[in-house]
Amino acid sequence: MEATFPLVFAALLFCVGIFGVLSRRNAVLVLMSVELMLAAVTINLVAFGAIAAQRVGDPVLTGQIFALFVLAVGAAEVGVGLAIILLMYRNRASVNIDDADLMKF
Amino acid sequence: MTIQDIWMLGVAVIGGASALLVVTARNVVHAALYLVVTLLAVAGAFLVLGAEFLAWAQVLVYVGAVMVLLLFGLMLTRAPIGPMAQHNDIGRVLPVAVSAGLFLFLATMITSSFRNVRIDLTYVGAAELGEHLYVYWAFPFMVLGFFLTVALIGAIILARKEEGEGPDPEVDADLRTGRATPVPSDATSHPGPGRAAREVSA
Amino acid sequence: MISEFAWVIPAVMFASGAIIVFFGKQFPKQGAEVGITAVALALVMSVFVAVEVFSANVDAVAQVEAAHEGESAAGGDHAALDGQRLAIATGDLSVLAAEGADAVEVPAGVEPFLVERGFQLTAFAGEAGFDAGIRIDGLAAMMFLLVTFVSLMVHIYSTGYLDGDPRFTWFFALLSLFTGSMLLLVIANNLMLMLVGWELVGICSYLLIGFWLEEKTNSDAAMKAFLTTKLGDVGLIVGIVALWSMFETFNIGEIIAMTQQGVQAGGALDQGLLDFALIALFVGAIGKSAQFPLHTWLPDAMAGPTPVSALIHAATMVTAGVFLIARLYPVFQASPTALTVIAVIGAITLLMAGLLAIVQDDVKRVLAYSTVSQLGYMVAALAFSYTAGIFHLFTHGFFKALLFLGSGSLIHAVHSNNMSDMGGLRRVMPYTFWTFLIGSLALAAVFPLAGFWSKDEVLAGAAGAGGVTGTLVLVLGAVGGMLTAFYMTRVLYLVFAGTYRGHGHPHESLAAMKWPLVALAVPAALIGFINLPFEFAHPSGFSAWTMFSLEYFEGHPAEFSIPIAGASLALAVVGFLIGRALYRRQPSMAEDPMLNMGVFTRVLENKYYLDRLYTDLITRGLIRDKLATAAYWFNDHVLDRVVFLSGVGTIRLSRATYDYADQKGIDRVVNGVGLSANWSGGLLKFAQSGNVQLYAGAMFVGVFVLAVLFAVA
Repeated sequence: MEATFPLVFAALLFCVGIFGVLSRRNAVLVLMSVELMLAAVTINLVAFGAIAAQRVGDPVLTGQIFALFVLAVGAAEVGVGLAIILLMYRNRASVNIDDADLMKF
Repeated sequence: MTIQDIWMLGVAVIGGASALLVVTARNVVHAALYLVVTLLAVAGAFLVLGAEFLAWAQVLVYVGAVMVLLLFGLMLTRAPIGPMAQHNDIGRVLPVAVSAGLFLFLATMITSSFRNVRIDLTYVGAAELGEHLYVYWAFPFMVLGFFLTVALIGAIILARKEEGEGPDPEVDADLRTGRATPVPSDATSHPGPGRAAREVSA
Repeated sequence: MISEFAWVIPAVMFASGAIIVFFGKQFPKQGAEVGITAVALALVMSVFVAVEVFSANVDAVAQVEAAHEGESAAGGDHAALDGQRLAIATGDLSVLAAEGADAVEVPAGVEPFLVERGFQLTAFAGEAGFDAGIRIDGLAAMMFLLVTFVSLMVHIYSTGYLDGDPRFTWFFALLSLFTGSMLLLVIANNLMLMLVGWELVGICSYLLIGFWLEEKTNSDAAMKAFLTTKLGDVGLIVGIVALWSMFETFNIGEIIAMTQQGVQAGGALDQGLLDFALIALFVGAIGKSAQFPLHTWLPDAMAGPTPVSALIHAATMVTAGVFLIARLYPVFQASPTALTVIAVIGAITLLMAGLLAIVQDDVKRVLAYSTVSQLGYMVAALAFSYTAGIFHLFTHGFFKALLFLGSGSLIHAVHSNNMSDMGGLRRVMPYTFWTFLIGSLALAAVFPLAGFWSKDEVLAGAAGAGGVTGTLVLVLGAVGGMLTAFYMTRVLYLVFAGTYRGHGHPHESLAAMKWPLVALAVPAALIGFINLPFEFAHPSGFSAWTMFSLEYFEGHPAEFSIPIAGASLALAVVGFLIGRALYRRQPSMAEDPMLNMGVFTRVLENKYYLDRLYTDLITRGLIRDKLATAAYWFNDHVLDRVVFLSGVGTIRLSRATYDYADQKGIDRVVNGVGLSANWSGGLLKFAQSGNVQLYAGAMFVGVFVLAVLFAVA
């Protein structure tokens, strides 16, 4: 298939994810947007693995294994992130990230 | 245009649309559910690309575990039922500009670079993947396991509820606004750091 | 030869002075014996030196005479000699001045006695050094004799005169130091060392005149003497420097030699500069030797003790100026202009002072003016004849010292200086009377005493020179001789004849004061005979002893002009007769004819108003009131104002610097740094919004930019 399809798809997911990170107020939604970005990265890895396989040799597997790792790490990250969000909620009774501005000047 | 192309295209469209809906949905739960769709579309993309195991791993882990986790998170943080009252797109220019600009740039780059590249798809079975994983990537695999353990422990420690912390369950949180008003507790109770911090920030 | 050690003579005196200063009071006679011993030693040594010098000179003359005898036998140089004498008889000063080494032939190898020893003392700029050196010739030997002998008499006399004075020791120390200084002046072989002696003599004179410093008039007189001679010293120093600039040496012998050859350093002799230098030197002599117009200090200097007057202001210090001219005589000969100036000033002084002497009441003042007048004689004489000048110096030293010491004896007896308090002292003080009489006769140039011969030689020299100046000196000299006889007669009558007008009990003086008078009377009477102006005596007489060049000696033979001698003697007698006529009857001061001559008296009593000119008009009116005030105003309003303004200006400048440069300028910069840091921080702080999404956005923008860069690159 055309190589551009999965790649553009990944780019789209990534940019949508950025949009979500930057514009969403709820911290959990921000985390979801980060998940979107990770998914986009995963697709990229697999697609590029497939592309590279044509040229080099074995990277098709390398790409997928990498994607596997990303998957695992992403899951761990969500877990820890949610734990932090829970803490934040516990301390200031709000998950609105605009309220987390103690570092403001 | 082979059949894989069409499938890929379809998956991309669904995934893209649902992703957009994720970031623009008013109802947080709707956003989570749209995310589920997006992740399923991503799994579909994996299938098209020949990564069978990865696709199912994606479904299992992400859709199955991570989304559930996120929904639990929404629940625990009193996610509002129904659309969020406040307009949550304050200052939209930066996100739009960055994301649109980045997407245009990337799309241009990709299409110009991979215009004439075709992928010869090969099916990679689970067995093959597993063998490769446990032979050549054994050490990082074990590290990954260790890493996951640490993350788990860390999350537990972080989310553990201390004595006296957190908002009072009796307080009537305004569920529609998604915001809880702070607790006017008496002087004897240990004030959470939030109170002091709040006073500072006010 | 002993002359090589002649430096011992002044050294002994300085040593004696030092000993008296430090240890004088411990001696039984309070230091007087130290002084007297030292002077006696100096006198003895001077005698030895003089014998050596004079005999050597006489031998040289004899050699020349023998050579000339030999030549004249072959018909040689008599013509030249005669021509020389003719020139002297008819010529004028310029001829005398022009004569030099080419006039008379002298056999080679025969020279007048000259000892010169020394070692270099200092060197300025590597070139103009001056030696500590001695120059012994006939003139120096003569001066030694005069100075040491008179000093010895004065020393002995002072033990009596100043007996009981609280500062007796200091007086003797000063006497020794003065004598040493005068001898240093005489012995010096270069002008710088002579100047040292000159100034030392001046200081000692100041200290001695103002010895009784309890009276303000005494210290005023000392100051007047010092400052007036100092004014003359300005000229002296200018002259010395001018001579140095011409000859590049201070050494007298070298200067004389170069002048006689007609050269100076770097070319031919510059006559104009030489004239200027010599006249400047003569200005110094005018000051020191009390010539007109700087004579005003000498009468006032009589405020000092009488022995001081006898030593310093009769015989020694005042003769320093005359000595200077005599020392550099060949150089002066090369400048007729200078000689003319000398003659004129001498003549004026001679007459002017003589007139002043006739209206004085103070006996010492009479003698002081007489000294000034006689110094005028010496100075004028030098313009025409070397021997005449210094011979008169020599004889005058003795009889004037005698007269002063005699007057001291009178003053000591009647306790007053004024002749109006004296009278009829002939019977009471015989020694004083007879010695005073001898001195007066010598002074009045009565045959055959010393003054006759010396004054006569002066007049003869003037007459021989002829011309305007010669005639002037001759005439004024003759008139002056008459005046001298007149005022001395007046003194004799007022003091010794008649009846005593005072209130005390005068008596003859102590032995210490008597015998020096007697000792001085002997040379006063007889010393004329060493310079008899006759052909038989000349080659072995004073002229030969003190000659400085054989050519000069041969060119100035002895001459005795009977007309002139007779005329001057006659004038002296006339003066005596007039004096006798007027004063025989002992008029009191109110009736004194000299004091009753109206304008004439008034002018003389006011000393020609010269003192008034100097003090009131010049010093007070011009210098103090005008120049000093102007200088003070200038200092106050200009110089001080400059300083003040610079101070104010500095303050203003520093204040402006503080206000503008520092406060507004630098502090602004420094504060500005802080303020700009603050301001930029104020702007930058907005980046710390606390908004996580802003941070994330910034990161994504950065990533975007990097991606673009990498893609493009």
